[in-house]
Amino acid sequence: MNPMQRVMTAMGQAEPDRVPLFILATMHGARDLGLSIKDYYSRAEHVVEGQLRLREKYRSDCLNPAFYAAVEVEAFGGETIFIEDGPPNAGAPVLRQDADIDRVKVPRLEDCPGLQRGLEAIRQLKAQVGDDIPILGSVISPFSLPIMQMGFEHYLDFLYGQPERFDRLMAVNQAFCVTWANAQLEAGATAIGYADPLASTTLLPRAFYLKTGHRVALDTLPRIRGSVAIHLGSGRGLSLADDFAATGTVAVGVSAQEDLGHWKLAAGKRFALLGNLNGVEMRRWSAEDAEREVKRAIAKAGQGGGFILADNHGEIPWQVPDEVLLAIRDAVERWGHYPLDWKE
Amino acid sequence: MLRGGADVDELSSDLRCALESLERSQVEKVLEAAIRIHSPLEVIEGLIMPALEAVGEDWTAGKVALSQVYMSGRICEDLVGRLLPAVAQERGSFPRCAIAVLCDYHLLGKRIVLSVLRASGFNVLDYGRMEAPALVARVLADQVDILLISVLMLPAALKVREVRAGLDALGSRTRIAVGGAPFLFDPELWREVGADAMGRSAADGEAIVRRWAGEGAP
Ligand code: B12
Repeated sequence: MNPMQRVMTAMGQAEPDRVPLFILATMHGARDLGLSIKDYYSRAEHVVEGQLRLREKYRSDCLNPAFYAAVEVEAFGGETIFIEDGPPNAGAPVLRQDADIDRVKVPRLEDCPGLQRGLEAIRQLKAQVGDDIPILGSVISPFSLPIMQMGFEHYLDFLYGQPERFDRLMAVNQAFCVTWANAQLEAGATAIGYADPLASTTLLPRAFYLKTGHRVALDTLPRIRGSVAIHLGSGRGLSLADDFAATGTVAVGVSAQEDLGHWKLAAGKRFALLGNLNGVEMRRWSAEDAEREVKRAIAKAGQGGGFILADNHGEIPWQVPDEVLLAIRDAVERWGHYPLDWKE
Repeated sequence: MLRGGADVDELSSDLRCALESLERSQVEKVLEAAIRIHSPLEVIEGLIMPALEAVGEDWTAGKVALSQVYMSGRICEDLVGRLLPAVAQERGSFPRCAIAVLCDYHLLGKRIVLSVLRASGFNVLDYGRMEAPALVARVLADQVDILLISVLMLPAALKVREVRAGLDALGSRTRIAVGGAPFLFDPELWREVGADAMGRSAADGEAIVRRWAGEGAP
């Protein structure tokens, strides 16, 4: 099976030849090319070359040309802060006061060089790999984006205090999100990761999410013309399984703080699971740790397909050494082949 | 501690309910009732601190959400500032505490820890966001006993090492307590970077400060 067949079979709740593995390394491409992280992200060609090299090395079952979350705030006029040894972060909030929210307009993709680089990277990768390897696209949900647009504290005060303005902001963010997602699909992305960590019960009570972010998701996912997977960025969400199923999501990203076995039961065969290796801890794993963790995850969620092994955040930290990622790959080769007859 | 029987239990369960549903006016009523019978410090230590600790524990256990932790901290901080302003003086000047966000642009964690500490009547210097060398200099200049550091990004968490090394090199005895998402995901990380303690929630931060304050100056 090629990676596309393997992933599609698993997504269809059947067992492929082996458990698909998504090594969601992004910045590691810069290291491989000997570039600073800032330089690396300054050209689509770098990310294309980086992703192809990383795929070769880790034999991941997808390409992940995501840049960084803050690129979406660049579209709204925000700045991105780059550092030497980690992911770029959004700079000062762009929506500082109520009037900014009343005035904010849906940005045009053409006006944002960062988003254009993202689309270009997808196009070039698609030209290289065709339908053999899935290419992941990604968006920040309209509901979670204001954490960067406004700052988290301000957004929480706003969420609890200003329902009318909230609806206006969601309408703008939703229009942007849908356009950006569909452009990635047109450029050649196979599916879209919908990063919505604010949905997580780590951050909001379920009842509050149902009145806010869930409504947004129910309305947004159907407008995206392709498969969408909800990702909580390592936040918890087990009690939201039914709510997620209602959005039409094809998969959910599971936190290392939750049990994949519980999620497997909760999901039924309604959506697939992605996860849940602990990326932060991974930094100091030995080959034995990697093997144990891979085995654990596969034993909990691999049976019958519907499972893709990945880290729990959707991005491997810069500090995780190649040896660990190679040990994960080797462990999947050893323990990931179907049928999983080693499992009692 | 609060003395007395039924009325204390009643007050604390009322307070917890009010905080869970984020009913500010209800929280205010409970605190006003408590102040009529108890001293300000008693209200804080016997009522508010246990309530905020319970919220913190529930968050660590995945039972309540961060927005509830944030809002309940803010409500208590406000009311304590208004109804019980004298407590910070009652606590005296030891330990001298400061809090900072290290090399990171995410201020919410610090905000929450600060609310809980202030709601508990502690005076805390707020350094905002700082790089390691400037933080070391500031801590020495202010003769800080307890330095609380909050981070969200892993590279920032690793920079705690530089703060520790900088303080050690200058013979400082300042104790460092750290917290934030990377420390929750890797429970060994705080030791690795040379911190003296790690808090899983803002209420943990308050418990650490209280414990170290009880142990006296290092
Ligand atoms: C919501 C979220 C997002 C949202 C918003 C992020 C934001 N705040 O700006 C979005 C989708 C935009 C996002 C994007 C990114 N994210 Co994010 N995100 C999260 C998530 C789910 C929650 C983060 C959060 O803000 N929590 C609120 C704070 C207040 O919680 P907290 O730090 O845990 O603090 C509590 C306690 O720890 C404690 N505490 C905190 N400080 C202190 C201090 C002391 C002394 C004490 C005692 C206690 C204490 O009290 C607080 C209240 O109880 C976490 C994962 C998770 N499960 O936590 C990842 C996480 C923070 N993200 C991460 C990353 C990497 C990113 C990105 C850089 C990805 C990328 N390449 O673009 C971007 C950066 C965004 C930006 N601002 O530019 C990583 C960071 C670690 C790392 N790998 O380096 C995390 C931890 C995920 C992971 N498991 O790896 N993210």
